[in-house]
Amino acid sequence: MALLSKKDSKLITDPLADNNPITIQVLGICSALAITAQLKASIVMAVSVMAVLAIGNVVISLMRNIIPSKIRIIVQLVVVAALVIIVDQILKAYSYELSKTLSVFVGLIITNCIIMGRFEAFALANGPWRSFLDGIGNAAGYGLILVIVGFFRELLGSGTLLGFKVLGDPIEKTGLYAIGYENNGFMLLSPMALMVVGIIIWVQRSRNKALIED
Amino acid sequence: MEHLELFLKSIFIDNMVFATFLGMCSYLAVSKKVNTAVGLGAAVIFVLAITVPLNWLLDQYLLQPGALKWLGAEYADYDLSFLSFIMFIATIATMVQLVEIVVEKFSPSLYNSLGIFLPLIAVNCAILGGSLFMQSREIPTLGLATVYGVGSGIGWFLAILAIAAIREKIRYSNVPPALRGLGITFIITGLMAIGFMSFGGMLTGGDEAVKQEEKTVKVDSKVEKEDKVLANNIKDNE
Repeated sequence: MALLSKKDSKLITDPLADNNPITIQVLGICSALAITAQLKASIVMAVSVMAVLAIGNVVISLMRNIIPSKIRIIVQLVVVAALVIIVDQILKAYSYELSKTLSVFVGLIITNCIIMGRFEAFALANGPWRSFLDGIGNAAGYGLILVIVGFFRELLGSGTLLGFKVLGDPIEKTGLYAIGYENNGFMLLSPMALMVVGIIIWVQRSRNKALIED
Repeated sequence: MEHLELFLKSIFIDNMVFATFLGMCSYLAVSKKVNTAVGLGAAVIFVLAITVPLNWLLDQYLLQPGALKWLGAEYADYDLSFLSFIMFIATIATMVQLVEIVVEKFSPSLYNSLGIFLPLIAVNCAILGGSLFMQSREIPTLGLATVYGVGSGIGWFLAILAIAAIREKIRYSNVPPALRGLGITFIITGLMAIGFMSFGGMLTGGDEAVKQEEKTVKVDSKVEKEDKVLANNIKDNE
């Protein structure tokens, strides 16, 4: 027997490709771009968002029958803010350097529209288990883009991946640098994040013509 | 002078959209037409101008380490800064709700034209980001916090106005099909961000770090100065 029914596994695979939160639904872009100069920061951000979104989805789904619809936005914001405070405190306790790099962007998970979007569109209408899967799926779709952007920006910008020098040493001229390769420092600047996401969208839409806008 | 400097800095150099990528979701979603873009931009300026000073007061008298001193000496050690996310977002949500009620009461036509954008502002990261940057950059006075709020709002307004105007024109261009819509908007925004980076040389004296550096190292030519600011930016982003 499969662990997940076909309908349930679709909840996870859909947001990874054809219904990706960033490239198709255009949600949660702010934080996606700002912290992707390093692969490590991207991964930590993706994991944080996944934790907040999955747990928040379950909480909202459990409360969905008792939340008055008029004040639901405020209730949702309070749930997210509480979860984000926990994530922020954990990061500060175990990885202080990284929490400095991420600076205000951990706090901005609160206003990440993916989270509000999934609460509104899914958790308010579905049971806890399916909401949990939906949260994991959407956060994974978001994380996928973050990791791709972070990978290219760190590799081309500083020649490292997760801090390891994969292209050789730029100062002692080993590896690729020996044949005249130079780091493209421009990749570390913010505009290139936008360009990389633009290119990802381009690639995705040329592979799947159904996604093209008019 | 200090106020003007911060004002220009928050509009051009630390532009919300192009330097820190805040409020991108609504920036991309609402920038198809100039009219709606102007409406949302104005609402963002307004809400930022109210919430940043309000949150500054909250931060100063409630949340900062030692902020509760005014209650009495025994409260001076309290540090409630971990509560700042929840307090800030509560202020913002309340203010947005209030603004919505007031606008609906006094100007139904404006209310109708803004439609769903008003409640959307509550989850616009530019608004929360404004307050969080106000906190992390330790803006010293209420006046400066107000200037910062208004300035960042105007910066956001400028950005969305510019991209909406470009998107209205680009409809007549022959863009590769797969790049149409979202893709080309991303790339244009990237190009605009590169353009805005050149404003970094505008206020070389504005940044304290640069000021201190200049005191020790004499920089003669203007070009070298700009290089230094750019190098500073890189360091910030790392």
